Amino acid sequence: MNIAGSDLDPLILGTGGFARLETLGEAIEVTGTSMVTVALRRMGVGGDSIQGSLMDVLGAHGVAVLPNTAGCYTARDAVRTAQLAREAFETDWLKLEVIGDERTLLPDAVELLAAAEELVDDGFTVLPYTTDDPVLARRLEDVGCAAIMPLGSPIGSGMGIRNPYNLALIREGTQLPVICDAGLGTASDAALAMELGCDGILVASAISRAHDPIAMARAFRAGVEAGRLARGAGRIPRRRYAEASTPDAGLPELSP
Amino acid sequence: MISVNGNPSDVAPGTTVTELLRMLDAPDRGVAVAIGGEVVARSAWGRTSIADEARVEVVMAVQGG
Repeated sequence: MNIAGSDLDPLILGTGGFARLETLGEAIEVTGTSMVTVALRRMGVGGDSIQGSLMDVLGAHGVAVLPNTAGCYTARDAVRTAQLAREAFETDWLKLEVIGDERTLLPDAVELLAAAEELVDDGFTVLPYTTDDPVLARRLEDVGCAAIMPLGSPIGSGMGIRNPYNLALIREGTQLPVICDAGLGTASDAALAMELGCDGILVASAISRAHDPIAMARAFRAGVEAGRLARGAGRIPRRRYAEASTPDAGLPELSP
Repeated sequence: MISVNGNPSDVAPGTTVTELLRMLDAPDRGVAVAIGGEVVARSAWGRTSIADEARVEVVMAVQGG
């Protein structure tokens, strides 16, 4: 897929949830991803020694980083976090995440749009994590976002794509790349996202928290590829009743 | 007293951001600094000195989706 002039693999890998950096590195290789998400937290809080080499691992695998604003509940906090990320990672790219509810981690549409507008004006390449709302997607496009990243279902829920109809509407309603972000649980969810016309997916927990993360990484790669091919192939329409695939003509008369 | 990441510190007023990061043994990449809620540009680290009573936040790259 192409975002803001950059060719990217359709699978963006979230780095969250991997118990070991070695597993993250292997998942990067197996998925073939070209971009991974990262977050920012206070230095000196929890496992600096482990996290200290995160950038080394990402550098060694040659992937671009997409900083997120996870944990922000207001446009103001998200903008500040984005500014920190720009200095930390020396990139203008941003996964903009403004959360509105602790239990569901669903996006706050009002704060999201306000933050997106301010960050675009400040020169950021903004990829907003958004609800599966086709109207909000259009508003995000209008303020200059570089892609639309609607959720399939709540972050980490593994519930898959709860409203495929809305993802299809978002696809039809925007010129921007559409990346299904959040909620994917298994490889068939990735295939469905691609079949619905998404340009890519963003997956973290479904791989990092799987019983066998590397096997699941491989499955997601295949799912993305299967869905992309199926989308291009053009599926048959759904019908209420059967349509025989074997001709009636030439059926032998076998009654006594 | 200068605070760093919410904790009182013995960092002397006038210390630059670059000096602070060296004291904290911060890695070169994936680090950013804010003073009083204002982000300090990487290019300004060497000439930005930290005033007494300043609240400094030093953040670094962590795993996250």
